[in-house]
Amino acid sequence: MAEHATHVPGLAHHFVSMEQQKEAGTIGMWIFLLTELMFFGGLFLAYAIFRYKYPDGFLQGSHLLSVPLGGLNTFILILSSLTMALGVYYSQMGDRKKLVAFLTMTLLLGLAFLVVKFFEYKEKFDHHLFPAIGFWNPAADHPPEQYHQHVRVFLWIYFAMTGLHALHMIVGAGILITLIYLARKGTFTKEYNSPVEISGLYWHFVDIVWIFLFPLLYLTGFHVSGGH
Amino acid sequence: MSLLTILLQVPFLPEQASSFAQEVDMFYLSLWALTIFFSVAVAVAALFFMLKYRRRRIDEIPEQVEGAMALEITWTVIPFLISLFIFGWGAKIYYQMYTEPKDAMEIYVTGKQWMWRAQHPDGIREINQLHLPLGKRIKLTMTSEDVLHSYFIPAFRTKADVVPGRYTMTWFTPTKAGTYHLFCAEYCGTQHSGMIGNVIVLEPSEYQQWLAGGPKEASPSATGQKLFASLACNTCHYDKDGGRGPSLAGVFGSQVKLENGTTVIADEGYLRESILNPGAKIVAGFQPVMPTFQGQLSEEQVLQLIAYIKSIGAQEGAVAAKPAASPAPPTAKASPAAPTTQAPAAQGGQKKD
Amino acid sequence: MATEVMETTSTRNYLNNGHTVKSWLLTLDHKRIGLLYLFSISIFFAIGGVYASLIRLELITPEGDLMTAETYNKVFTMHGVMMIFFFLIPSIPAVMGNFLLPIMLGAKDVAFPKLNLLSWYIFILGGSLMLITMINGGIDTGWTFYPPYSSIYSNTQVTLAGVSIFITGFSSILTGLNFMVTIHTMRAPGLTWFRLPLFVWAHYATSLIQILGTPVVAITVLALALERTFQIGIFDPKLGGDPVLFQHMFWFYSHPAVYIMILPSMGVISELIANMTRKRIFGYHFVAFSSLAIAVFGFLVWGHHMFTSSQSMYAGMVFSLITYAVAIPSAIKIFNWTATIYKGSVSYDTPMIYALAFIGLFTVGGMTGLFLAALGLDVHLHDTYFVVAHFHYVMVGGAIIGYLGGIHFWWPKMTGRMYPEVWGRISAAIIFLGFNLTFFPQFVVGYLGMPRRYHAYAPEFQVLHILSSAGASILAVGFIMPVFYFAWSVKFGKKAGNNPWMASGLEWQTSSPPPTENFTYQPVVTHEPYEFEHVEEIKNAGKLENKTA
Repeated sequence: MAEHATHVPGLAHHFVSMEQQKEAGTIGMWIFLLTELMFFGGLFLAYAIFRYKYPDGFLQGSHLLSVPLGGLNTFILILSSLTMALGVYYSQMGDRKKLVAFLTMTLLLGLAFLVVKFFEYKEKFDHHLFPAIGFWNPAADHPPEQYHQHVRVFLWIYFAMTGLHALHMIVGAGILITLIYLARKGTFTKEYNSPVEISGLYWHFVDIVWIFLFPLLYLTGFHVSGGH
Repeated sequence: MSLLTILLQVPFLPEQASSFAQEVDMFYLSLWALTIFFSVAVAVAALFFMLKYRRRRIDEIPEQVEGAMALEITWTVIPFLISLFIFGWGAKIYYQMYTEPKDAMEIYVTGKQWMWRAQHPDGIREINQLHLPLGKRIKLTMTSEDVLHSYFIPAFRTKADVVPGRYTMTWFTPTKAGTYHLFCAEYCGTQHSGMIGNVIVLEPSEYQQWLAGGPKEASPSATGQKLFASLACNTCHYDKDGGRGPSLAGVFGSQVKLENGTTVIADEGYLRESILNPGAKIVAGFQPVMPTFQGQLSEEQVLQLIAYIKSIGAQEGAVAAKPAASPAPPTAKASPAAPTTQAPAAQGGQKKD
Repeated sequence: MATEVMETTSTRNYLNNGHTVKSWLLTLDHKRIGLLYLFSISIFFAIGGVYASLIRLELITPEGDLMTAETYNKVFTMHGVMMIFFFLIPSIPAVMGNFLLPIMLGAKDVAFPKLNLLSWYIFILGGSLMLITMINGGIDTGWTFYPPYSSIYSNTQVTLAGVSIFITGFSSILTGLNFMVTIHTMRAPGLTWFRLPLFVWAHYATSLIQILGTPVVAITVLALALERTFQIGIFDPKLGGDPVLFQHMFWFYSHPAVYIMILPSMGVISELIANMTRKRIFGYHFVAFSSLAIAVFGFLVWGHHMFTSSQSMYAGMVFSLITYAVAIPSAIKIFNWTATIYKGSVSYDTPMIYALAFIGLFTVGGMTGLFLAALGLDVHLHDTYFVVAHFHYVMVGGAIIGYLGGIHFWWPKMTGRMYPEVWGRISAAIIFLGFNLTFFPQFVVGYLGMPRRYHAYAPEFQVLHILSSAGASILAVGFIMPVFYFAWSVKFGKKAGNNPWMASGLEWQTSSPPPTENFTYQPVVTHEPYEFEHVEEIKNAGKLENKTA
């Protein structure tokens, strides 16, 4: 079916048809997300085991995190999921202007998330709560001294999980910038828009991971106020 | 010919020197019989078919034999049943090996790069050797000062990893006097292959002689008692209630109520954690005021403290059993009502709580 | 016997489509990428082989006299790392899978050709980092990287090695992803799932493991590197970590990884046996689904590496039971292959010799796995040479024998030339003998109590170790011979023609070597796999023979 290949814009030579190409892209992204799920899964497993081992340490550790900031970030990400979904919708409608607008909004929300995250991290560094040797030097009562070792375990899990998540946000921002550039050029049409759709899957996945991280990390000790 | 004689001298089984050895060997040989049977059957069938049905004409297209459901079911079900049988046999031996024995003589073992230390109940210590009385049930309670090790006595067919931060257990009854290999089986660094020693099984009378011949040392629990005093543990932990810390008499093996509402069984792992990381589990009704002893005690000393705490359990626990504690500790441990708590292989922190 | 089919092979093919270095290094052609992998993994295999011979030389005498304990520890670690991460895991999927999968599906390429090239570069990057690690003094943790030794105590290049394995993992993930999407979306018209060759089924199952397992080991070695760098309490109990957690996470990948190595080999063996006996695979559906069953159950058995590790006794029992569930599909395959030979038209060419060797050696390898899954017996066998012997029977006797059989079978397709048949058979026989002499004594010495990773050992084990080392030297000869005759055949080998084996399967319907786009027409599949009455070459050969007679 070589005669197709030369005509259709956006169709790679080794695919027979546009449908095949789109299907390949979509299945590819779903499989990639499965991989991502297992990647985060390792950390979720570590979280489960250490929380079981050190329930009080996790309670104390969770008190160190700011629920308002985490909540704000949760809100920002949920909103960005909406704008991304609308972006995908308008790419399928072939509405270039609205597509660019919603992609830009998603990008800005993603960046806002990272800015909030930055201040949260900075606060931890300022209090010497980053668990690495050389940095780790918390105040004697914040958290209470007898929990220091276990809080440190909590905090490395916190940094590993949210750090990995933030890394995915940064990659997502890069993808969005590329999409915005292509969308402005007019690459996406009613017929050819699978890159937007596939990137949308990725963005939603990163959001969903956060939806799990927020309660597990920030809200674990929410029902118990203060330390012992 | 001489090569053949050398080969014939190579034994197929190590010496059988513990109560487990015979059954494990029996199991092993049965599995070889099974392996040889299936391998030979498959190989003979394949070779026979290859000879009988060799290609005779270049354009030969053999008659096709479609799959046969009956055959498929046969060679699914038969291996399944065989493997269930193997599983059952293996699980039975494993259960015996890893269930805590009753009335065993307890020896404490610590592994350290690259040596094995052992301390006998009456205090004698040895390095890279383990003297044992014949016919007596022996339980090893083991931990590591640094990395993973594994205590492996081939002649006994037993092995258990020695894990830093938790206690593991292995037990056996030596059935034959002699000197046997002791190997570290878990890779532990440069001199891993030098972390070896001898297990020397003696007639009970010789064992007593050997004990008497050694340097006089206090038993682990006596040393633990001294440590208990010198570390000033007794300023808070009294014989009776009323101290700033809970009384430790009879605590070993009992159920302890914690501040957060849960209960734990006070096994070796729990006592160890409470010494090294007192804030982890606070007993109900007490304040988290105990300082940590992490970094101040060697693993051996922690074991001695635990031995002491166990001993005050044995003396006074029976008399002054606290109302909260369930019946006598041994029965509580063996009770089928709480099967997971007696899995001795998991004495570490994971299953408490 | 291979017959030369006289026909005008198309002069334009993937090999002569560009001769510059750039045309190879920037190629998007899955066949060229397959060859890039072939060269790279052969180099890693050679390095791993040198380390293996150093191990066998050291173990000739009980004393540790050839090298220091430290060196020996590095040698066996590098042997394991090279062979597992840089040879066995990529071997069949990255070489033969890349080369054949799209052709077998009647497609022009894999779904994502750029990603495919990227995964080769990632592999090379990871491999180079491992070579740098090696030059910088190597690592001495064993390929299993157990903490706290690896995270705190070892003073070798563990972090660098961890990063190398982390990176290499992505190469494996991307290959798996590419194959899976290709199989789902790019099958030729008429090529339904149950018309797929079993090679494709095996690769589908393998891809599933690569996708789901590899990220877990990636995050595990990353955590290890973090603990080593920052001294945080992940695995070190002194800092509140849990060393057994590492073992769980490591084996969650590394046990299924064994199936990444063996499943593709099983796929190859299915092709060899069907085509060399001209028989449909007996119980095609059973063989196909057993691959999936192995992949799925394979994820639930990791704890059988930890029966003595202080995991709970009841967990051990569950893991043991599920392990026996994996044994069943493997047994099903063995029986079905044997039954396939029945009433076949059996060729004695080298690929069939390898297939037969596989059946024998894998049966022993698989059955000795039952010893290790048996709880009470594993307590004694764990971490002894019995384990070493078992996994070499599966990995060399299974995976590498399948790899070599496949290379011989598809060599004419890859190069357009036949390898010298006599030398092929001789080297196969040498490998079979050398292999058994090397590894069978290790079962015995293992049960006698010889632990793994020992630099020096008790003198009573020496006879068996000498046998093993003698076998290794024979095995080495067997492995070196193909290098020479394959190289020779590229220039001097007999021209192969499209279908020298008169085999069924789409790859034999295009020219040898195939054109860059694989087929000059769009293939349409009208029948099930291994239907030899559709193979034109068999009919033609008969006619030719009748004429000359």
